[in-house]
Amino acid sequence: MSSKPMDQVTWQEIEAGAILTEPGSARGYNTGDWRSQHPVWTKSRCIRCGVCWTVCPEGGISEEPGGYFDMNTYCKGCGICAKECVTGCISMVPEEE
Amino acid sequence: MIEIRFHGRGGQGAVTSVELLALAAINEGKFAQGFPSFGPERRGAPVLAFCRVDERHIRLRCKIASPDVVVVLDPSLIRIQNPPADLKADGIIVLNTPKTPEEVRREYGFKHTLALVDANRVAREVLGVPIVNTTMMGALIRATGVVKLESLELPLKERFGPLAVKNFNALKTAYEQTVIEERRS
Amino acid sequence: MAHRVGMEVSIAISHAVQMCRAEAIAAYPITPQTHIVEHLSSMVANGELDAEFVNVESEHSAISTCIGMSATGARTYTATSSQGLALMNEILYIVSALRLPIVMTVANRALSGPLSIWNDHSDIMGARDIGWIQIFVENGQEAFDHSVMAFKIAENHQVLMPTIINLDGFILSHVVEAMEFPDQELVDKFLPSYHPRFQLDPDNPVTMGAFAMPEVYTEVKMGHQMALTGAYEHILKVWKEWGDLTGRRYQPVEKYRTEGAKILLLTMGCLSEVAEVAVDEMREAGLEVGLLKLRMWRPFPFADLRNAVGSAKLLIVCDRALSLGGAAPPVLAEVRSAFYAMRGRPQTASFVIGLGGRDVTPGDFKNIVAQAQEEAQHKPTQEYHIFGVRG
Repeated sequence: MSSKPMDQVTWQEIEAGAILTEPGSARGYNTGDWRSQHPVWTKSRCIRCGVCWTVCPEGGISEEPGGYFDMNTYCKGCGICAKECVTGCISMVPEEE
Repeated sequence: MIEIRFHGRGGQGAVTSVELLALAAINEGKFAQGFPSFGPERRGAPVLAFCRVDERHIRLRCKIASPDVVVVLDPSLIRIQNPPADLKADGIIVLNTPKTPEEVRREYGFKHTLALVDANRVAREVLGVPIVNTTMMGALIRATGVVKLESLELPLKERFGPLAVKNFNALKTAYEQTVIEERRS
Repeated sequence: MAHRVGMEVSIAISHAVQMCRAEAIAAYPITPQTHIVEHLSSMVANGELDAEFVNVESEHSAISTCIGMSATGARTYTATSSQGLALMNEILYIVSALRLPIVMTVANRALSGPLSIWNDHSDIMGARDIGWIQIFVENGQEAFDHSVMAFKIAENHQVLMPTIINLDGFILSHVVEAMEFPDQELVDKFLPSYHPRFQLDPDNPVTMGAFAMPEVYTEVKMGHQMALTGAYEHILKVWKEWGDLTGRRYQPVEKYRTEGAKILLLTMGCLSEVAEVAVDEMREAGLEVGLLKLRMWRPFPFADLRNAVGSAKLLIVCDRALSLGGAAPPVLAEVRSAFYAMRGRPQTASFVIGLGGRDVTPGDFKNIVAQAQEEAQHKPTQEYHIFGVRG
């Protein structure tokens, strides 16, 4: 599909079968907009085990330099990481109003 | 076009007969259809099977309502199905029976040309089992000449493999033993 | 050299699929389609056909599996009938929307209830709007030819459209008859191996089956509609190419003894041949009757139909399905739409025939013509007739 905004695409510009030929096009969707809360890591209690990274269903956690973890722009704020954290170092904090 | 209707019971091989006949006719360069009376097949239940043979492509896709020939594999079906009810006036009844034409006419009141053979006996003697469908084809061919006897050799071989020889012998024996009596006016 | 064979039509179709070197088959057996897939299954098991045959637990799974296999770039085939087609229904729309060139044989059969295993067209008419190419055949030879041509049409990169070949259950599918088979070399030359335009491939990832927001759904549907109607010219090209190779030529609407006809019958499927016999007999009796045989059902050949009618005054449309509570049986509805805006359009009469395996004879067509002629003199009393219904 063309890179035009969706509401300007003509039928001729849509690929046969509405197939999306550009890999990773979902990167353009900033799903982080959806969250009403986000995880905050307390580094002093983090053992850098990576369980949070493993259980995140959305690829919303990235590894930082030094082996610690933090959320990225795709975190939807579901809270699974906080629930599963081995040491309990993650807490969910409401988005600011 | 010649239209032939087989009357049999589920499991007696009426459908196999019409298929083999159609294949024999097609191998001779003719056109043919062989098809069952469509439905749930049940062993022992009365069934019909149909065969059309013509020199040109056949366009009919309906049952045979007014056949040229009826072939009755099992005489007990006469009372149930009354095979000659819609047979053409100059049509032929090919019947599996040990009886003489005189006895058959007296018993059933048939007016049509008769072609009779004791297919049960032939099948028992030649095949070793009382399965009469291939045997009765011998009587049919004797009565009608719809295909040549030898045209059935290949279809029989493809269908029955090593048993084809016995089946062909039964067919040939029935062909030789069939008694034909012209219709009464 | 082509060779002449005698064979049950279902088995002939399985041979056509074999000669097309189908690579992936998923199917669930249902009367009267069974012999086709049963035979294909044994061909695969015996090593006579190098294909994946996936046994599934339902037709819903069969067509879903076909989607997956076709999406990987395999030449994919399935077959079904009646309730099986109905059970596939929600997936059928997805196949065409994804533009996967699956070929499917539908052995046309009535829908329950009451339960009927016999032939009519209610199954495919219930799937009229699934966005597939839909073709009807009249005899074993056509069933073979169109099964081969279907792959070539469907896989054309300008078309990429799943294709259904309809053949009447039992009265065609279960008949042993004479056909001509082409040589494998001819089929191979006519139908090269399938090169998908898109396929699921980890090295070149694409997304198939993404959802569409209201902003874009209409445009996607428009693309589908244009592709299906645009398939028309490619279908004709493929039919012509096959005709040049085999001498057997096919048209979207075929005319039989229409010259000077005042009355035309219109039929689909193998009853067309029965109607031909009736037309011959009526012509012999001096009646100016002809026959139109509608082969291409989707895309609907509007222009061909309008041209074929010529100067006929009365067009008698024979449907083999009902649209219960609707304005017209399915074929009549399309045909009337085709003519409504046309000046000097013919009068139409409508008869529903052969429901649920009811035998249709040449005599029935003659009675239909007589009844239609009689009624054409008066104001029609009914939108359509269910021919031969008692009571």
